[in-house]
Amino acid sequence: MPKSGSTPKMTRRTALAGLSASAALLAMPRLARAADEPIRIGFPTPLTGPFAAEARDQVKCAELAVKLVNDKGGIGGRKVELLVRDDKLNAGEAATRTLELIEKDKVHAVVGALSSAVQLAVNEVTRARGVIYVSISQSDTINEAKDFSKYTFHEALNPHMTTAAVARQTLKKGMKVAHLVADYAYGHEMLRGFKRAQAAIGADNVGEILHPFGAADYSTFMPRLMSMRPDVLCISNFGRDQANAIKQAVDFGIKQQMKIVVPVILHNQRLAVGPDVFEGVVGGANYYWGLETQSKSAAAFNTAFKAANGGAIPTDYGAYGYSGVGSLLAAMQAAGGTDTDKVIDALEKLQYDLTKGPQHYRKCDHQSVQSVLVLESKKKSAMAGDNDLFAILANDAGSDDMLRSCSELGHAT
Amino acid sequence: MDLSLIVMQLLSGIALGAVLVITALGLTIVFGMLGVVNFAHGALFMIGAYAGLYLASLTGSFWWGLLLAPILIGAFGMLIEFVLIRRLYGRSIDDPLLLTFGLSYILVEGVRIVFGSDGIPFPTPPQLIGVLDLGIGFFPRYRLFVIVLVAVVLLALWLTLEKTRVGLIVRAGARDPTIMQVLGVDIGRVWLAIFGLGVGLAALGGVLAGPMRSVNPEMGSLVLAEAFVVTVIGGLGSIVGAVVAGLMVGISISLVALFAPEMATIVMFALMAVVLLIRPQGLFGVRGRTA
Repeated sequence: MPKSGSTPKMTRRTALAGLSASAALLAMPRLARAADEPIRIGFPTPLTGPFAAEARDQVKCAELAVKLVNDKGGIGGRKVELLVRDDKLNAGEAATRTLELIEKDKVHAVVGALSSAVQLAVNEVTRARGVIYVSISQSDTINEAKDFSKYTFHEALNPHMTTAAVARQTLKKGMKVAHLVADYAYGHEMLRGFKRAQAAIGADNVGEILHPFGAADYSTFMPRLMSMRPDVLCISNFGRDQANAIKQAVDFGIKQQMKIVVPVILHNQRLAVGPDVFEGVVGGANYYWGLETQSKSAAAFNTAFKAANGGAIPTDYGAYGYSGVGSLLAAMQAAGGTDTDKVIDALEKLQYDLTKGPQHYRKCDHQSVQSVLVLESKKKSAMAGDNDLFAILANDAGSDDMLRSCSELGHAT
Repeated sequence: MDLSLIVMQLLSGIALGAVLVITALGLTIVFGMLGVVNFAHGALFMIGAYAGLYLASLTGSFWWGLLLAPILIGAFGMLIEFVLIRRLYGRSIDDPLLLTFGLSYILVEGVRIVFGSDGIPFPTPPQLIGVLDLGIGFFPRYRLFVIVLVAVVLLALWLTLEKTRVGLIVRAGARDPTIMQVLGVDIGRVWLAIFGLGVGLAALGGVLAGPMRSVNPEMGSLVLAEAFVVTVIGGLGSIVGAVVAGLMVGISISLVALFAPEMATIVMFALMAVVLLIRPQGLFGVRGRTA
């Protein structure tokens, strides 16, 4: 099993770090101890379950971020450790693991989680314990005043940003738009984003179908979607649901009648169903390795990742692991240690560029302001190699205008 | 809501039902004849899809995969019966149930180790790509093919069971194995064949589902639940029941999807609850039948 590959490594590293720490303890005077204690970052992620592929990519990238800092001598001479825990895509499990990380393992900060529900559970725990949490899951709610705390940071894109970028690229005034939406938080948030964007553009909504989360067969939704005669079909779901829904829409000949767009186009799902199915599908993304021709930081990130992973390329959700952990470590570097208030202050002031261009955390809600990519899946004959999946249609530079305003999210302005 | 939309929706439901029928059939035959509740049925469905994909890529043709995977996995099913299940006949129903439950975990993890957990593309055979104009709307060629193939398999199965000597032995063996043994029939071989047939049908369902859904290690778990619902509605052990209930479930899901799409998955459980209230033994089940 692939995940066991990373676990023993982790234990060995922990053991090594522990050994060197205890050696240091014996050799040095009492005062020096705290400074030599390693910096521990908790990393809950769904290593088992339907998002496991994305989760494993996140772990690899997070490990890379830690390795690069340690290779340069750590932070103020202290080594950094990553403590990966399987949250099993379950909010209760995630809360328990996070509490353990804080109480037992004494982590200095938490980064991670993939599903929006799990992210909220982790945020509850870290908020109550006063521990910094950098979320790398797509959600609109974590930045809203009711769930927000000064300890909460959101590195991932949110539905509002991706749907707006995708809509700008694909919708025109007067176009007819239909929606197929997964019936849970992620789908609802994406639908809200798309509807807001299409209203601004002046496109017409011709219908919405909510489908059960995790459905295997989407054929029964297709006749009605076709009878709506839209120009664009927005499919707002995640993981395998995305692959299955697009595949079956294509089977029904939907692509001959309308364009398919998705809020987030997933690297791993494109691989799971092949180029013929995804051909021409447009979606948003936080990262794509092909950005390396446009961005120096992307090229550097790709090179480092390839070197550490036998030539493999980093994926979209993997990149979040790198930028989430990377931005936190950069802030700790700037703060000169792990003092929570100082690190929060440093994160708020941080200007970072780790994978794709400049990013910063907006002060009021700690949402990372960053560029949004719009990708189109290439047809097989246009692919230069197995990894040449997408064409970059747009690379919208990050700006506050992409986000909902602070007052709209309920923050004092 | 025009008529053509409803007809298209019905057709989607029948295509969906066809996969349910073929999968539930294997489950119900094994239960009806051997009294074994096969919890590994979903995992074997998934293994069937992987085997079909592997054989199709090896031979370069989907049709070889479709033909050979059910035979190969059916043979694997006979091995399972011979090595594991056989020892548990005559014991309580829980023993084979727990055994197959454990087996399903081993199979799923095994596939994860060999093929990874990400899912693999299973292309539609080139001859069946695209849609057919039915006059009232377009319908995927592949799904029409599935409906026809399942009908052919059902017919062949019915003819074998009703019109041949093998079928006679099988039916008699299910009724009274002791008498069959007295008459000199090696009942162990009959059971071996039945289990192989049941597993082969699961594998056929998997290969058929492959080009419609993405192929991944977890694809069997949802199917197992659906197959059990169909089997319970139709009546445990009833072949006719599996066919009628499978189509009924497919069509109900489809028609509910038209009016209340969020409810599409729940409707089959609601249907099961209603049937159990009115006819606890299922539509075609025999009252008082316990394993």
